[in-house]
Amino acid sequence: MNKTVNQKAWFLVLPVLVLVAFSAVIPLMTVVNYSVQDTFGQNVFFWAGLDWFKEMLGSERMWSALGRQLMFSAIILAIEVPLGIYVALHMPKSGFWSSFCLVTMALPLLIPWNVVGTIWQIFGRVDIGLLGYTLEALGIDYNYTQNTLDAWITVIVMDVWHWTSLVALLAFAGLRSIPDAYYQAAKIDQASRWAVFRYIELPKMAGVLMIAILLRFMDSFMIYTEPFVLTGGGPGNATTFLSIDLVKMALGQFDLGPAAAFSLMYFLVILAISWVFYTVMTTLDAREGK
Amino acid sequence: MADTATPAVGPDQASMTIEKPRTTSRRFRPSGSAMVMAIYLLFLMLPIYWLLNMSLKTNTEILGSFSLWPQNLTFANYQKILTDPSWYMGYVNSLIYVVMNTVISLAVALPAAYAFSRYSFTGDKHLFFWLLTNRMAPPAVFALPFFQLYSSIGLFDTHIAVALAHCLFNVPLAVWILEGFMRGVPKEIDETAYIDGYSFPRFFIKIFTPLIASGIGVAAFFCFMFSWVELLLSRTLTSVDAKPIAATMTRTVGAAGVDWGVLAAAGMLTIVPGALVIYFVRNYIAKGFALGRV
Amino acid sequence: MARITLDNLAHSYLPNPTTEDDFALKELNHDWTDGEAYALLGASGCGKSTLLNIISGLLIPSQGRVLFDGVDMTTAPTADRNIAQVFQFPVVYDTMTVRENLAFPLKNRKLETAEIARRVQKVSAMIGMDNELDRKARGLTADAKQKISLGRGMVREDVNALLFDEPLTVIDPHMKWELRTQLKKLHQDFGHTMIYVTHDQTEALTFADKVVVMHGGRVVQIGTPQDLFERPAHTFVGYFIGSPGMNLFDATLNGTQARIGDATVDLGKSYAASGRTQIGVRPEFIRLHAGGSGIPARIDRVEDVGRHKIVRLSVNGTEISAIAGEGDEIPAGTDRISFAPEGINVYADDWRVAATGEDAA
Repeated sequence: MNKTVNQKAWFLVLPVLVLVAFSAVIPLMTVVNYSVQDTFGQNVFFWAGLDWFKEMLGSERMWSALGRQLMFSAIILAIEVPLGIYVALHMPKSGFWSSFCLVTMALPLLIPWNVVGTIWQIFGRVDIGLLGYTLEALGIDYNYTQNTLDAWITVIVMDVWHWTSLVALLAFAGLRSIPDAYYQAAKIDQASRWAVFRYIELPKMAGVLMIAILLRFMDSFMIYTEPFVLTGGGPGNATTFLSIDLVKMALGQFDLGPAAAFSLMYFLVILAISWVFYTVMTTLDAREGK
Repeated sequence: MADTATPAVGPDQASMTIEKPRTTSRRFRPSGSAMVMAIYLLFLMLPIYWLLNMSLKTNTEILGSFSLWPQNLTFANYQKILTDPSWYMGYVNSLIYVVMNTVISLAVALPAAYAFSRYSFTGDKHLFFWLLTNRMAPPAVFALPFFQLYSSIGLFDTHIAVALAHCLFNVPLAVWILEGFMRGVPKEIDETAYIDGYSFPRFFIKIFTPLIASGIGVAAFFCFMFSWVELLLSRTLTSVDAKPIAATMTRTVGAAGVDWGVLAAAGMLTIVPGALVIYFVRNYIAKGFALGRV
Repeated sequence: MARITLDNLAHSYLPNPTTEDDFALKELNHDWTDGEAYALLGASGCGKSTLLNIISGLLIPSQGRVLFDGVDMTTAPTADRNIAQVFQFPVVYDTMTVRENLAFPLKNRKLETAEIARRVQKVSAMIGMDNELDRKARGLTADAKQKISLGRGMVREDVNALLFDEPLTVIDPHMKWELRTQLKKLHQDFGHTMIYVTHDQTEALTFADKVVVMHGGRVVQIGTPQDLFERPAHTFVGYFIGSPGMNLFDATLNGTQARIGDATVDLGKSYAASGRTQIGVRPEFIRLHAGGSGIPARIDRVEDVGRHKIVRLSVNGTEISAIAGEGDEIPAGTDRISFAPEGINVYADDWRVAATGEDAA
C-alpha cells in the first residue's frame, strides 16, 4: 500500500512515544549511568569511564555465560523450528479437532513462567515426579540437580514443551493460507511429498517462520524465570544463562557497575542479531507485496 | 540447469505409468497425522496432568506413595487457597495489573499503529524499529533500574507500576500486531468516510475499529498473555500490596519443607485464566499468532 | 490423448443421498470425444466444478464410472490420469524460474534432461514466454502466471486432457481476449482434448466446439454454439445464452397453432405436448408491427447498444425483448409483435418438444 506523507502522524504516535520513553529510555539511562561509574556505597559515585566494559569483556564469567546462552538458543531453535513445522503439517485443517488442537497447544503458552519451571521441577523429580520416577524405574540414572547433562536436557525439553506450539501455530497459520488449488496442481504435476513441502508449503510459510524464529530467538536469549525455578542455574553454573547471571550480579551481589555494563552489551548483542532478522523479514514482506 | 547431464532413470513413456508407492502411503496419512498429533498433545498434557494429579492429593500421599491418579481425592489444597486472602489476593493483584496493562497498551497502540499503517513521516521506519527493540530488551536488564525509578516516584508496590513496566514489551507488540491487521484494511474506506464528512475520531471509533475488531482481540490476547506470564518484573516491583500470584507461590517453601499439594493447586489455578482466554479467542489463534501477516 | 466416458455418473456431497435434490451432480452419461474442445457452461453452483473435479480425480463420484479410452479410472488418483488442469487463480511455484516451473512435471516423471530441455523450449515458444525463461515466477503478472500453468500441462505431450477451471477470472479484460485466442489456436494446432469451465457465455461460445450447459446439477444440453442458439433444449439454455435471453410465453397448444393470451400464433409445424407448455422465441426472431395481426404489446423503452437496438416490451404484463438492427426504423405506434417461424421453439415443463416428424435434437 502506498502511504501518504503526513507529518501530523507524529501526533498519533506521541502517546506511545511518551509511554515507552518513560518505561524504556529513563531506565536505560540509569543503566548507562551505572555502567560508567563506581561506588563504595552510601550513594557516592565516581566516574569509571569504560573500565567496567573492559573488565566485563575480559571476564571469563561473562564469556562462558554468553557461550552457554548461544548454545541454548541454537539448540532450542534447531529443535523447535523443525518440530513446530512438522506438527503444523499434521494438524487437522478444520472442524472440531482443529480447534481442539489449537486450544490445547496454546495452553502452555499462557502458563506463568515460574509455574512452567515448577511444573517441570516436580515432573522431573525422582521421588514424586512422573518423568523422574519413570526414568529411574527404567534403570536410568537421572538427576537434574546433580548432573549437568541431565540439567541441560531437562531445561531444553522444558523449553520445547513450552514454546514449540508457538512455532507450530505460526506455521499452521501460514499453511492454512495456501489455496487448495496448489495441492491439486502438485498432484497433477506428480510432485513428491517433499517437493510439495519444498516448493509450495515452505515458500508460503517463509514470512511467518521468520516471525517465529525472531520471537523464539529473542525470548530464548532472554530466558530467566523457567531455568531459574527449575535448576537455579545449577548444577554449579551449568545452566546459568545470561539473564540469570545478570540478576545474580545486579541484585544478588549488588555489583551495579559491572552488571550495568554487562546489561548494555547483552542488549546490544540481541539488538544486532534481531536487526538482521528484522531486515530479512521486511525484505521478505516487501517481496510478497509485489 | 537443463544442460547438466543427469543420467536418465528410464524411458519417459514407461516411467510415466509407474505408480509411485507414495500414492498408497498418502491414503494412510490421516491416521498418521492423528498419531503425530496425539503423541504431541500427550507430551504437552502429561506435565500439566501431573500437576493436577498432585493438586488433588494430600502431602502424605504425594510423598508417601507413587500413583498415577489420586487415591484419596481431596480438594483441601484448593480450599486453602480460595479461603486465605494472602493467597487469593495474589490472583486479584495479577488480574488487576494485567487488565490495566492491556487497556493502556491498546489505548496508545491503536493510534500509533494507524499512523504507521497509513502515513509515512520523517523517521517512521527508525521509530518502528526502535519500538520493536524494546520488545527485545531483556527484563533482567531493566529489573533494577525499574525498581529504582518506581521507588523514587512512589509507585513501588502498586498495580500501575507493574502495568507500566509491562508496557515496555507489550506496547511494541500491540503496535506491531495492529499495524499488520490495519494494513489489510483498504485505504479507500478511510477516504470514503472522509468524503462522507466523518471527522477523524468519529471515523476511527465508528468505522475503523469494528473493521479491525479481530486484530484488537488478538492484540489484547497477546498483552494479556505476556503480562500474565511475566514474573521477573512484577516480582521486583511489588512486595505486599500488589504481589502477583506467581510470586506468592514461593511461600509454599516453609519451615516444614515444601507444601507440594498447595503449590500444585496454586499452579493449576494460574493456568485457568489463560485457558479461559484461549477458549474465547480460539478461532483467531492461528491468524493471531501470525500477527495478521497471513 | 483419450476419449473420456462418463457412465451413469452422479455425485452427492452427503453421505447418504436419498432424494434427487441431495445430488450436486445428477445422473449423467456422456462421451468426451478425443481432441475436441468443450466448454462447461452454467451459473455458480450448478455442479460444473464438481464434474470437473471428478474427471480430474480430485473427487470420487458417489456412483457411476469415469473411463479413459475404455479403462476404468473412477478411483485412480489424479497423478495416474495424466491430465492437466489450469485453475481459477494462477498456480505457479513462486520460488522457481519460469523454466523450472515448466520442467517440474517432467522432472517428477523422471524424463531425460535433454528431452526436458527440448520440450520446455517448445512449450515456452507456444505460450510466448521463451524470452522470460530465467525469470523468477514470483514477480510475473497474473496472465503470465496462467500461461505458465497452462504450459506445465502442455509440456506433457501425451496428456489425456487439459482442464480449465474458469482460468480467466483474474485476468485483465484486454488480456482475456488474447489468452482465449491463444488457447483456441493451441487447440487447433495440437488437438488436445480440452474441457473449459466457465460461467461466461461469450467465453464458452467462442472457445468451444461443443458447449455443455449445466443447470441445477444436471446437464441440460450438449451442442454446438449454433444448436444452443437456434434450438435450446431447455428454457434455461434459452434464457442463459443470448443477450438478452430467449423470451418465453405461456401458451396452449392446439395442433399447428398456439394460443398466447387472446392471440393465436401459427407454429408452422404440429407439436404434441402435455404439461406446462411454453413458446420460446429469441429476441432476434421477434418482429414489431403497428396494427395488424399478432400479439398485443407495448414498447417500454429502446436501448441502443451500438451494434443493434434492444426493444423492451410488455406483453400481458411480462417484459420481453426484441432486437432490431442498428439501421432499422422501429415502426411508429408499434402495438403488435409476431414471430419469425424459424425462430419458434416449443417447451413442455421447460424441456424442448420436437415437432412431429422432426429429428429429436
